[in-house]
Amino acid sequence: MAALLKVEGLTKSFGGVAALRDGRFELEAGTVHALCGGNGAGKSTFLSILMGIYRRDAGKIWRNGREVEFGSPAEALASGIAIIEQELSPIPQMTVAENIFLGREPPGRFGGVDFRKMNAAAQAILDDLGFAIPASRHMYSLSVAQAQLVEIAKALSHDAEVIFMDEPTSAIGQREAHQLFAVVQRLRAQGRGIVYVSHRLSEIFDIADRYTVFRDGAYAGSGLVAEVDRASLIHLIVGREMSEEYAKINTPTDEEGLSVAGLTSPGKFDDISFTVHKGEIFGIYGLMGSGRSEIFDCLFGLDRPSKGEVKLFGKPVSFAAPAQAIAAGVALVTEDRKLSGLNLSDSIRRNISMASLRALSPNFVIDTAREAKASRETVERFNIQIGRDVDPVSSLSGGNQQKVVLGKWFWRNPRVLLLDEPTRGVDVGAKREISRIVGTFAAAGGTVAMISSEIDELLGVADRIMVMRDGRSVETLDRSQATAEKLVHLSV
Amino acid sequence: MSEQPSIKGHQAAASEIAKQVVREYGIYLAFIILVVALSFANKYFLTQSNISNVLLQTSINGVLAFGMTFVIITGGIDLSVGSVLALAGIVSASFATASPQATVPGGPYPVFVALLVGLLVGVASGGIIGAIVARFKVPAFVATLGMLSAARGLTLIYAGGRPVPALTPQYRWIGNGNLFGVPAPVVIFAAAFLISWFVLARTRFGRYIYAVGGNARAAKTSGISVVGIRLAAYVISGALAGVAGMLLAARTGSALTQAGIGYELDAIAAVVIGGISLSGGIGRMTGALIGALIIGVMNNGLDLMGIESYYQQVLKGMLIVGAVMLDQRRNRGD
Repeated sequence: MAALLKVEGLTKSFGGVAALRDGRFELEAGTVHALCGGNGAGKSTFLSILMGIYRRDAGKIWRNGREVEFGSPAEALASGIAIIEQELSPIPQMTVAENIFLGREPPGRFGGVDFRKMNAAAQAILDDLGFAIPASRHMYSLSVAQAQLVEIAKALSHDAEVIFMDEPTSAIGQREAHQLFAVVQRLRAQGRGIVYVSHRLSEIFDIADRYTVFRDGAYAGSGLVAEVDRASLIHLIVGREMSEEYAKINTPTDEEGLSVAGLTSPGKFDDISFTVHKGEIFGIYGLMGSGRSEIFDCLFGLDRPSKGEVKLFGKPVSFAAPAQAIAAGVALVTEDRKLSGLNLSDSIRRNISMASLRALSPNFVIDTAREAKASRETVERFNIQIGRDVDPVSSLSGGNQQKVVLGKWFWRNPRVLLLDEPTRGVDVGAKREISRIVGTFAAAGGTVAMISSEIDELLGVADRIMVMRDGRSVETLDRSQATAEKLVHLSV
Repeated sequence: MSEQPSIKGHQAAASEIAKQVVREYGIYLAFIILVVALSFANKYFLTQSNISNVLLQTSINGVLAFGMTFVIITGGIDLSVGSVLALAGIVSASFATASPQATVPGGPYPVFVALLVGLLVGVASGGIIGAIVARFKVPAFVATLGMLSAARGLTLIYAGGRPVPALTPQYRWIGNGNLFGVPAPVVIFAAAFLISWFVLARTRFGRYIYAVGGNARAAKTSGISVVGIRLAAYVISGALAGVAGMLLAARTGSALTQAGIGYELDAIAAVVIGGISLSGGIGRMTGALIGALIIGVMNNGLDLMGIESYYQQVLKGMLIVGAVMLDQRRNRGD
């Protein structure tokens, strides 16, 4: 019998950066198949192609032995593939039933909707799953966990043969998770195929029959869960051939740069303490949603902690706005350059000068000559590949955009760099250059705190690494003790 | 043989340059074509008196459009300018009227006092809107819609529903006098443009306007006071609405409570035709100038050709939508 779903050689690039190089996968009927991999391994891209959201560049997909191509999520759904997404997409002003039956409402008289029938059907689905949620409630009145359960019910209501679950337990509690696992078992018994994506390895060992691992956008291995142990699965996920070399050029001093004691922001992170020395690159590792970025927000005046103390070079500080943090010599490279790093509708030059206009033009009038010089120097210093610096910044590749963001801050001569995923979505060459820039900055006595999901990068450049899980600092490892396996083990 | 590709290359480069010229300067080209076409269609069009007439007719909408440009580049909109124009005009006029019923006690005051009062009314109105939008995060559309109604009501209350007539000769000079042979409103129009252009294109503040409209989060992370910049944009728009209100009152010799109704739409039209993006972050002050001139020239040209004003409205509507459609194509990079 043909596999429910078979994928070979799937590839997809975005703007020259390969997100998926060789996606392979095979799903049998009546199995729970775990899809594993670190951040950036290509899992999301893989799912998006199978759901008809992205077009593949190359590769083949078979559904029940027949080759298919999905042009839209509707086509994927029609062929019996449903997904439970990680990011919830409910319409809050509608009821649970309206959300579940969105786009296929049972018709009533005079071209209206038969609400009674719809509510009853939705309630039947929820009851059947054992979810205690009234179908007539409005979505906005539900908790996040309940909303996630509705999303699950919605996906299952399509009666699909193949069900993707992308981090379904990331937003729900223990009790809901057990309800979900019971549902998964029942779906398996009905002969359906479930693709289960999760960072939580213990869940995979609990419910999955088979596993497939992606690493760096390519298939890395697969097998039976019963035949693998936690350590070897982690080993497969992180891989151990160091693909790039990171030249370590900085040496930490004993002088205190940035120190944080008992920093707390309810619901985001709890009791975080660490000290970064001058000349040190301090790494912070953790899964997305572990509270990493929120710490930086508090250190940069974008958010206020409820408790805790922050010191810069031994002096207590408290920033109410980014302008104050910048004045104190702190720079923040945010996680999402498009969302909060760059003004995409403006030119490269004007983005470079955006944070330093006061310094570049002490008078009210812009000193265009000085601005052009600053831009030219930054482009040279960071080796940014551009045509003209008056071109829109949106015309650059991800790596070069990121160098613009870095360059923008270096014009301020910062003393403390906060880097949030500084090399996300950039190619290998730019990655190496960025780590060289950061290393040089630290070697000159700068203080660096760097969040990254890329283990290789952290192991390569960081002097110490703090691991976070669920908003708490689990452990801080010295460079000499840190290994990829330990980081992953501590973070999940 | 070897020349073939190079000629093709030149042609491709030339057409690429041509495309870019149209993209960058399309609006100026359209303006020139319009002027040339109208000058052939009617021999009176390019006479000095008619040009002066067009500029006079455009001056009030132009001044409003410059203020609107600041607001729209920050990603906002200001629907209140027509009403603020009336309020500033009527309050200012009450300081410079010879009519004993309409004057404030002790009036008429010297013209500069009246002008200062009018300007302050504009600044205060803009400040209130700016505070509501920037600080309390009320959508600009709603906040300025509220002010559109409130300022009109305040105008009627202030003047008791009656116009303020019989403005002093000095005040009327602003609307009717000449400076070196150029009508005073046109001089003010030109000065307002030069200052607005300079502030937007050449100052740090201007940059902040673009940054806030382009990506408010990135601006905030770069240490820019997003609240302050937004507020300032509405203050500028209010102040220029005040200037326009005083110009209008000075020209007609009396301030009317119904002055400026619907003017906000013409100002927005000028800005949009000038290629300034309603989603913020993109556009130039020269665009607003040309946009206002295109509307002025078009109205004037159609008048000269004896075409009913009803058709002018239809054409203006098509022009606005057409300009934005072109803009959308440009943004997609076609």
